[in-house]
Amino acid sequence: MTMAQEATGTDRNPALAHPDRGWTVHSTFNSIILLALAAGAPVAMYIGATFWVDIFTRLVILSIAATGLNLILGCGGMVSFGHAAFIGLGAYAAGIPTYHVLYGGFEAIATTSGFVHLAIAVVVCAVFAFLTGAICLRTKGVYFIMITMAFGQMVFFAFVSMETYGGDDGLTIDTRSEFPLISLDKPLVLYAVCFISLLATLYLVHRLTNSRFGMVLQAAKQNEERVRALGVNAYLYRLTAYVISGAICGYAGFLLGNFTTFISPEMMDWTRSGELMFMVILGGAAYLFGPIVGVAVFLVLEQTLSGVMVHWHLPFGILLILTVLFVKGGLSGLFDRWAGKHE
Amino acid sequence: MSETANKTADAPIMRIEGLRKSFGGVTATDDVSVEIHTGETHAIIGPNGAGKTTLISQLSGLLPPDAGRVTFRGRDITRLPAHQRAHVGLARSFQITSVFMEMTVLDNVALAVQARSGHSFHFWSKARTLSHLREPAYAKLEQVSLAGRAHTRASALSHGERRQLEVAMALGTEPHMLLLDEPMAGMGTEESARMIEMLRGMQGTTMLLVEHDMDAVFALADRISVLVYGRLIATGTPDEIRGNEEVIKAYLGEGDAES
Repeated sequence: MTMAQEATGTDRNPALAHPDRGWTVHSTFNSIILLALAAGAPVAMYIGATFWVDIFTRLVILSIAATGLNLILGCGGMVSFGHAAFIGLGAYAAGIPTYHVLYGGFEAIATTSGFVHLAIAVVVCAVFAFLTGAICLRTKGVYFIMITMAFGQMVFFAFVSMETYGGDDGLTIDTRSEFPLISLDKPLVLYAVCFISLLATLYLVHRLTNSRFGMVLQAAKQNEERVRALGVNAYLYRLTAYVISGAICGYAGFLLGNFTTFISPEMMDWTRSGELMFMVILGGAAYLFGPIVGVAVFLVLEQTLSGVMVHWHLPFGILLILTVLFVKGGLSGLFDRWAGKHE
Repeated sequence: MSETANKTADAPIMRIEGLRKSFGGVTATDDVSVEIHTGETHAIIGPNGAGKTTLISQLSGLLPPDAGRVTFRGRDITRLPAHQRAHVGLARSFQITSVFMEMTVLDNVALAVQARSGHSFHFWSKARTLSHLREPAYAKLEQVSLAGRAHTRASALSHGERRQLEVAMALGTEPHMLLLDEPMAGMGTEESARMIEMLRGMQGTTMLLVEHDMDAVFALADRISVLVYGRLIATGTPDEIRGNEEVIKAYLGEGDAES
């Protein structure tokens, strides 16, 4: 042990420590991302580019959702094609109680309190994730992808058929969730709430992936047989991760509903789930900050390409195929290797 | 070998009684009864097709026997599913190497230690900073002489090193008994010699090993059981087995006598 201690340096017990690669990319890389996000919207507001404030808010909210998906996709190897359903459920949780305040009915949940909206969003998504996850996680590979997509579409069609809440025309709620002391109607306040939420989500996922729980998830992704031989039931750990992931996306949905003030089933269409997955893989599923990179690139490309051509999804698809085929670890992986060479 | 005499006097840790398994018309395990003593290294040898792998698969729970009984530490485990055998203290290494390729060597063993120390629904503290996982894991690596590679990814190990890691992981679960399924399989002479040295260093741990390599078996085993066509024809110390006429006739006579 002494030799290894001498070899690795200053830590308290270096022989047992870990170089800590994998989920953490270069800290400079992460700091730049966080600084850009912290400064982005205020600067845009200051120079009067309100359009960019919107872009940044959207970026941060989607980053929360993508980070939530990454917990099961990157860490646990569960490729969910139905996570937009959680975002949609979270958004409706912000809209429906307010709808009943404005138009009457359903007294039990009629409130404009943000805390209640938030609780409904998180609890409903966690329960939905538990019920569907319990079934989905009995399958593997392509079957898992298909069945998560099927459950997502189930929610989509359920809301399409709900005429009370606008059916497929959606629901416009001009009153945002109300919190004491702050008003989400102010763009910068809403942005600050979203940004702090993102920080909290990143920290949560960081702790989860490095905990004993996260170790089991990663091990089960790599070699489920061996995990079983160690006497560990991977299913229960996966289901727990799936529930946490769903709840995080529900939270992101709550923010998204408050941001757009327009909620429609289109938010949970399977193509939305696909986009979310696309962002995570493009940015780098094996990295904590990967999803944020993916969301940023996605939004920038969407803005620029949709101005140039109608079929802007086409170059997107090609980009995704190229990423999966040639860039291991997505854009973050690319940066990681580049930084490694220049250290 | 006086130590061996003491060990054989101990109570058996595993008792196999009348174990039987057939596939179609072929009887792969034919009424096998043997006792494994606490602390001994027990080797099962036999010519190809003797049913060694079938036997060890039944002991590790991968194959259900047709008849017979396996008792481990006083408990009937004949029908216990494979994943629960880890909990009663029976660990196995795999003939085909099975480790977590994207994790470091130390992470692999720490995970085995973690699996042994209760459930893993601990969401907050960082697994890689927990000394009650890392220290025993590191000790296991020293035991298999792999500590120098602790922070190497498993995917970067040589075949022989992966087999060592495999054994370290099995040890990580603090087993009462270790099933080693051909630990030298696919190894070169040098790697085999290292593995033998390593296993010799682990004497005192109860081990049941299935192995082709005769040098290894006679160098390691306290007792040897000889399996021919699914039947156990002899059990005894290496010297007894060497001198057993039935064994020489049925098995060693086929050209392996020199080894």
